[in-house]
Amino acid sequence: MKIRTLATSLAMAGLALAAAGCTDSRSHAQAVYMLVDNSGTYAREAGKAELVVNYLLGTLRPGDSFAVARVVNRSFSEKDIVAKAMFDTRPSEANAQKRAFRAKTEAFLRTVQATSHTDITGGLIQGAEFLNETGAGSKTIIIFSDMEEDLDKVTVRNFPIRLDNIRIIAVNVTKLGTDNIDPRRYLGRLDAWHKRVKAAGAAEWKVINDIERLDGIFANS
Amino acid sequence: MSDQRMWMIWPDNAALSILVLALIAMFALYAARAPMHGLLRSASHALGGPLRLGARWLFGVAAEMRARNKAVLLAQGRRETGQRIEREFERLALLVARDLQGYPTLQRKLLEEITRVEEDYKKCGEVPPPPPDWVDAVTAVAKIKTGGGEVVQKILVDIRQSLESIHDKALAEYRRAYQMRHSILEGFMPYWRSLDKTMKQVDKNMTGIQDAAAQVDAQMASYKEIAARSDEAESSLTNSAFTQFFIAALVMAVALGGAFVNFKLIALPMSEMVGASDYITSTLRTSEVAALVIILVEASMGLFLMESLRITHLFPRIANLNDRMRRRMVWISLTLLLTLAGIESALALMRDMLIQDKQALLQSLAATPAVVNEGWLGHIPTAGQMVLGFILPFALAFVAVPLESFIHSARTVGGALLANLVAALAFALRILSNLVRQASRALVHAYDVLIVLPLLIEHAVHSLRGGAPEGAAPPVDVGEKTLHPLS
Repeated sequence: MKIRTLATSLAMAGLALAAAGCTDSRSHAQAVYMLVDNSGTYAREAGKAELVVNYLLGTLRPGDSFAVARVVNRSFSEKDIVAKAMFDTRPSEANAQKRAFRAKTEAFLRTVQATSHTDITGGLIQGAEFLNETGAGSKTIIIFSDMEEDLDKVTVRNFPIRLDNIRIIAVNVTKLGTDNIDPRRYLGRLDAWHKRVKAAGAAEWKVINDIERLDGIFANS
Repeated sequence: MSDQRMWMIWPDNAALSILVLALIAMFALYAARAPMHGLLRSASHALGGPLRLGARWLFGVAAEMRARNKAVLLAQGRRETGQRIEREFERLALLVARDLQGYPTLQRKLLEEITRVEEDYKKCGEVPPPPPDWVDAVTAVAKIKTGGGEVVQKILVDIRQSLESIHDKALAEYRRAYQMRHSILEGFMPYWRSLDKTMKQVDKNMTGIQDAAAQVDAQMASYKEIAARSDEAESSLTNSAFTQFFIAALVMAVALGGAFVNFKLIALPMSEMVGASDYITSTLRTSEVAALVIILVEASMGLFLMESLRITHLFPRIANLNDRMRRRMVWISLTLLLTLAGIESALALMRDMLIQDKQALLQSLAATPAVVNEGWLGHIPTAGQMVLGFILPFALAFVAVPLESFIHSARTVGGALLANLVAALAFALRILSNLVRQASRALVHAYDVLIVLPLLIEHAVHSLRGGAPEGAAPPVDVGEKTLHPLS
């Protein structure tokens, strides 16, 4: 009798634990916001940006969110978002959305016009807003830029920003002419961004210069 | 004086100090001998007692479990053997009804054929008439000398001619009679064949009945052994249960492989129905759980189908249903199984389409030309998946049979293993208890070794007085044996 009571109690406890374990309220969706630098000579790198977009479209799953925005003179604006989509949870619909997304970004990247200034910070703030609104479990901002911020005189960006739990990945950070003269400028630039995003609460800072190693975007360091 | 030499009685003579201190300690220990032995004995009892009690209790539990296992096993074996005997009797009854029901007709036929054969045989026995008696007369006539007389010669020629004609007639008659007998004998053949065939049939039927009877005898012998609760019957049933358990486990493992393939077929398309981004746990998607549920529902339908067909007997409620309800249940479960198989087949097709769509998307993203697989070869995987999706639910339905064997034999196997485990635990406790007892004895002896000098003195005094010294330590009882110092 005791054995039966014990077995019943254990079974009930097991069922209760299983029921408790069967609820996972966390979001497993990913949200990616990609900033594409249009400024100066970097606008010529747009072809490589297309590769990154295609890679992301192939990797993101149904239910994930993706947006591509340009970095222009002042980037803190919804108008600079070239394409955005929250992929349907059904794989077939998600594939159709990806095709449409690709068409939009392809059209944009083929008609990129160089701008005179580069507002990366504004793009980051805009990206953080977009990502937080998606409610995704994993949030990533990909910056396709040389990371040289160049603001006009009236634009104000020298204030602390919030990038809580967002991974920041700089892709294809090309070296400027001056960097070749003094590499410390390049390294210092990257270091400054590293410190800034970490101070803003970013979950991770990563630089991927080799376009062939894009799988590192979603690999945790 | 340094702290290290504090203990020395004579700081300059360490050896003497140690010796004196050792002697003092020895006599102090001797004085405390009885309480120390008592302490060791108590500690031994305190530790060993519960261990022994525990071991005894566990041995009792193991014996009780074995008895219960035996009772359950024998009851199960008796029920199964009883059912087997019932089936054998049914088979025997069928054989008797089929083969021996027509036995009177067969017997009549046999008798008729035998009678006919006998009559024909008698006919064969009617020999042709013997040659006439006038043969001797002819011989006598033949010996007559003609003497050259024409009349006599003519008479003899006539006689000869008439004799020859009669001889020819008699020979012809004889030959005809033999020919008739041969034809009668030839007419025997079909009857003999028929007789042979009938006898063989009878022999076959009788052998079949004998075999069935022998099987019933064997089952009855087994039943008797089980009813007598013999150890042989228990051993045989246990071995049978272990064999069934492992075979059923093997078949179920194979079925599990089939279920895994089934799961892979429908997990992806299920994401199209319930969404691909919902998770139940951190690694388990809702679509995967949905696919698993479908497979489990299919297995359940298969189980109900097998139960309704009375192939398995896991649910007494279904087994006790009347035939009409049972037939309804068969049709309902079969219809549901067919529907699920159809759904799976469609899902398998959808899986293929989704994979192709995904491939096309990836190829367009990679800017490589899509590989177009035209022709019937390209449709083989799709067709294969669809067929597999349709067949696997039915294949899974048959898991009910090994499942039943597994469940029934698991009681015996689990019970036997548990009883052995409990017995092993009891054995370990018994060993531990013995170790404690032996350790206690060893400590008592070790204690006496430490105080050997006072014990020797005591022994000497005791010998001189010729009796036990006053206040001498009593013999120490540790465990079951009484230890006498220096004995």
